[in-house]
Amino acid sequence: MATSSVSKGCFVFKPNFKKRKISVPIEEYFNEGKNESEDSKLRFETYQVIWQQMKSETEKMQEELNKNLFDSLIKFLQKSHSGFQKNSRDWGCQIKLREIPTAALILGVNVTDHEFTFRSLTEAIQNNVTPYVVKLQARDCPDIKHFLQKLFSQLMDCHVDVESKEEEKDIQKKTHCSMDSLSSWYMNVTQKTDQGKPRKKRTSSQWQSPPVVLILKDMESFTTKVLQDFIIISSQHLHEFPLILIFGIATSPVIIHRLLPHAVSSLLCIEIFQSLSCKEHLTTVIDKLLLTTQFPFNLSEKVLQILTSIFLYYDFSIQNFIKGLQLSLLEHFYSQPLSVLCCNLPEAKRRINFLSDNQCENIRRLPSFRRYVEKQATEKQVALLTNERFLKEETQSLLESLHVYHTNYFLVLRCLHQFTSSLPKYPLGRQIRELYCTCLEKNIWDSEEYASALQLLRMLAKDELMTILQKCFSVLNSSSEKQLGSTAKRIEELLAQLQSLDAEVKEEEDASGSQSKGLQKTDLYHLQKSLLEMKELRRTGKKQTKFEVLREKVVNFIDSLVREYLLPPETQPLYEAVYFTAAHTLHEHLNAAPRLALHTALNNPYYYLKNEVLKSEEGCIPNVAPDICIAYKLHLECSRLINLVDWSEAFATVVTAAEKTDANSVTSEERNDIIHARFIRAVSELELLGFVKPTKRKTDHVARLTWGGC
Amino acid sequence: MMNKLELNEDKVLEVRFVGDDDVLNHILDREGGAKFKKERPQLLVNTKKIIKKPEYDLKEDGIEVLKDKNYVEVLGRDVQESLKNGSATVGGNKVYSFQNRKHPEKMAKLASELAKTPRKNVSYSLKNDPEIMTDIPQCSKGHSPSDEVQLKNNDKSEFISTTRVLRKRLIAPRNHSDSESEYSASNSEDDEEVAQEFEEDTNKAILSPKTQAQNRVVSAPVYKATPSKKMKRDKTSDLVEEYFEAHSSSKVLTSDRTLQKLKKAKLDQQTLRNLLSKVSPSFSAELKQLNQQYEQLFHKWMLQLHLGFNIVLYGLGSKRDLLERFRATMLQDSIHIVINGFFPGISVKSILNSITEEVLDHMGTFRNILDQLDWIINKFKEDSSLELFLLIHNLDSQMLRGDKSQQIIAQLSSLRNIYLIASIDHLNAPLMWDHVKQSLYNWLWYETTTYSPYTEETSYENSLLVKQSGSLPLSSLTHVSRSLTPNARGIFRLLIKYQLDNQDNPSYLGLSFQDFYQQCREAFLVNSDLTLRAQLTEFRDHKLIRTKKGTDGVEYLFIPIDNGTLSEFLEKEEEES
Repeated sequence: MATSSVSKGCFVFKPNFKKRKISVPIEEYFNEGKNESEDSKLRFETYQVIWQQMKSETEKMQEELNKNLFDSLIKFLQKSHSGFQKNSRDWGCQIKLREIPTAALILGVNVTDHEFTFRSLTEAIQNNVTPYVVKLQARDCPDIKHFLQKLFSQLMDCHVDVESKEEEKDIQKKTHCSMDSLSSWYMNVTQKTDQGKPRKKRTSSQWQSPPVVLILKDMESFTTKVLQDFIIISSQHLHEFPLILIFGIATSPVIIHRLLPHAVSSLLCIEIFQSLSCKEHLTTVIDKLLLTTQFPFNLSEKVLQILTSIFLYYDFSIQNFIKGLQLSLLEHFYSQPLSVLCCNLPEAKRRINFLSDNQCENIRRLPSFRRYVEKQATEKQVALLTNERFLKEETQSLLESLHVYHTNYFLVLRCLHQFTSSLPKYPLGRQIRELYCTCLEKNIWDSEEYASALQLLRMLAKDELMTILQKCFSVLNSSSEKQLGSTAKRIEELLAQLQSLDAEVKEEEDASGSQSKGLQKTDLYHLQKSLLEMKELRRTGKKQTKFEVLREKVVNFIDSLVREYLLPPETQPLYEAVYFTAAHTLHEHLNAAPRLALHTALNNPYYYLKNEVLKSEEGCIPNVAPDICIAYKLHLECSRLINLVDWSEAFATVVTAAEKTDANSVTSEERNDIIHARFIRAVSELELLGFVKPTKRKTDHVARLTWGGC
Repeated sequence: MMNKLELNEDKVLEVRFVGDDDVLNHILDREGGAKFKKERPQLLVNTKKIIKKPEYDLKEDGIEVLKDKNYVEVLGRDVQESLKNGSATVGGNKVYSFQNRKHPEKMAKLASELAKTPRKNVSYSLKNDPEIMTDIPQCSKGHSPSDEVQLKNNDKSEFISTTRVLRKRLIAPRNHSDSESEYSASNSEDDEEVAQEFEEDTNKAILSPKTQAQNRVVSAPVYKATPSKKMKRDKTSDLVEEYFEAHSSSKVLTSDRTLQKLKKAKLDQQTLRNLLSKVSPSFSAELKQLNQQYEQLFHKWMLQLHLGFNIVLYGLGSKRDLLERFRATMLQDSIHIVINGFFPGISVKSILNSITEEVLDHMGTFRNILDQLDWIINKFKEDSSLELFLLIHNLDSQMLRGDKSQQIIAQLSSLRNIYLIASIDHLNAPLMWDHVKQSLYNWLWYETTTYSPYTEETSYENSLLVKQSGSLPLSSLTHVSRSLTPNARGIFRLLIKYQLDNQDNPSYLGLSFQDFYQQCREAFLVNSDLTLRAQLTEFRDHKLIRTKKGTDGVEYLFIPIDNGTLSEFLEKEEEES
């Protein structure tokens, strides 16, 4: 069946039902594209396992991060509703009753993450406050009628009573949705539940009439009129329809007052809630997913850079960051045959035993492994390159040491971060991810920033130093594996020394204090003299205090730790198996530049069509290039309007020059026609691409839609 | 780049070659009513200035390139590693720089340059044309990289001889050296135009030495008369200002030539296709290689689609064939819908309809699109065994690029068991999507530059040079009119004639109903306005006429068909009767 027609734009293809049943499992696609399908099934399974783990981990983490916010929100909801409950007569409550309790939830510009927040928020409210939670989006509510309809239908869905559902459906169809019908429905429902099932289901909600919570997901995009109308109407019905609003706000709370006039906003009793900033969020994600040995998978420096820059420069979206992570995980397992080994250590060791000869060859071909082999003694080299058994054993031990390397790496990295994160001007970055990037990239101790950081560290005050050391100590102790046990001990010692120093210093201070007391009694001459002496002492006696010596010791200790453990991953044999390095693919697929690609294709066809004829210098184009390139190049020479005649003549000049003159078979007339046709095609293609458009300002002219470009 | 003719004091005729910019500049600097005599030294200064300027530009370019690099580094992209992405080669400054003032002659010039730019084994007409042969070395010299900048700025006098020859070739055989100037601004008179005319004249003077004397007379007064207060374009290369300058003035200089003069009839779709079929495609080997590269990705695409990503293809060239091959190889056993976004009648409604009616076999109707969407989403969420592939050619087409449409398609594509693979072509297509839509789409971008012609995609388009509404409306017109009563036909003819009579009247709105009725009565075509109204309803049903309310509230009738077709129709009618 053809897919082009002059009367239809959609073509549905439905294979026979029988045929459809034998659908290909996804794993098939994983290997079929490649000829050498080394353990592809296993790789795909590992991918899925790791991805599921990562996903659940992030979800858990997000819930934890939101917990605070949700708790305070729920408290607010309960508190604001209690006023309605008490039905108290006092004046303040009466006033309050006229106001709709409103929570303004400032969520930040990362709109894409909001969905998840709202989803879990709804759940939390449904569990804790009321079953009646409705989420509305601006795109569903172009006017107040749709608004109420949506509200009504969603409320119906919230209230799951099987018997009454049918009946309600009818109501929904019949009744014209209005606030009146809503409140009467509400009365109905609450009474029914009160009589029918005396709070069996809703043990969590302690009230007779639970409030209705309405979440406006994207408050900014709502039409002002709809919002205003709704607020005014519902404030009239508040006594019979206990409504609580939650505004999802991406920008700033000022927007409420900008959208709503005072008369309307005075009907709201607004409280502002701030969600966690997305940067902190990112830090936690990186902390939990990357700076841990829980997941064997790691990112190379470039990949991490790309992901963080997309986050920081484009969207602040955690969701996209995780998508990038997923993609890199997928790419890693798809393209690296040795990624079978990218799983937890015991499993990997087990898998090594089953590696095929081909895979062994793959290991031998790894650059990092070759470097490792070259360093070995000759006999061992031969054994490694020829004996499969020996190779496998060696690989197992290498994997183990890689694991140890990672454990130490992350611990030391965190310690170093403790030291550098508080330095003025942050020479090594404020966030641990920046530090991590630098460490991944190169030997950090070779960088200037590191040197300056150390210098700054040598100026730390004692209490700062002590708090940092304390933190380091707890970091080192937090790990379950005692790889750096001696280090922790050493830090403890240093801490103890610092503390003992405290006492000594006190004594000294006492001593100097007595001295100063003595000074007071002397006369001017003596004072001058003693001052001079002190000055002299300070200048000549560069003798370090005990604290300074100790500080030096601490800094040197940290330096040695860094030099020992923070080696870049490239130095580790077999690192290719667990590090994803193909940064360019990630960039291509996530952050593509279609305009640039178009530009290159038009300007420099040689880039794609590797034909020597097309090779040319920057800025010009050979006359044999594809028609569209020539037309494009010519149109660049024009300003806003282009005369089609001129254009076509210029085009013809170029094209005839490119053609061979021996075209005797076709008459010149026909050739001209063909060239004209080619020109037409090229122009209409440029029109499709959005470079030109027809204009009526002058006959036979087109308008240019781009500027620059030559 | 123009040839300028100057009359020196000592009445020696001297011909010098001066660039376009020089001429303009020259005119500018004469602001203070400078005398003829001072011309030469000034000119020298100017040339220096101009030569300096490109260097400055170059420097600035360099800086920008550096900046771009930094940015690219920030992004961590590895230029060396990137094999396929075209974006690696050029910095953004090239694509996004501001527009400079362009001169109409440039295109012809570039064309001639391009025509001559060497294929290494140029063998075409050199033997026949000794003049061109002599030019070749100069040309290639001009292309040495060191001269690059000058080449771009067209300040190199070496080229003039080349261009002259070519312009001769370009113009002479086509009989376009009319005596009147061919250039004028879209807004009639203004300074630039005069300057341009001057250039043109002088140019011609050189082309045809016989008319030299005559032209000299013409050119001199024009030269003097050039007022130049407007053109205080100082040479600060302030890009922003240049941009606004280029866009503020509404006049644009282009030549006045039209296709009619050229006697090149607009081709209709069929002949166009026939003609193009005769063109043998070039670089087929390379194109095939490109396509093979992309075909290797098919499996990966399937995998990624199944894992919740959607795929968007971009890059120059039609991606339709590629997607068709993808469909043929991978999708034979699954339900899929092919959507031609370039089809002018496509709409989201029709997409949703084909899902509900043909895929889900649902016979009911929906109140609105949103309901339909909800229904589909529920259906797909309920039944996880249901799988649907959507192939959309040209997701960025006129009909689908609207916010609402994109929103709905995005929501569809975010479903777990709907897989979307789409292609985009428009330069600004990514602007359609905000963050929300992008995250719903969950795109993975793939560059597939194919260089294949957009045959199918442009065939629907009312392309610029393709004769529009050619045979189809005419045949339908005759068809409809045959089915009419003689009186009705008369009424219609009356309207056609009136419209044709008024075709040169720009303020013509249409024929008012009252006038029409009057005319029809006079021609004994109707006897009451009721019959006329009944008749008009029928026309309206056939979309033969349309009504428009004038400013005075009167209804005006007109035929929404172009006048060429109408007159053709009349001719045919007369032939028949």
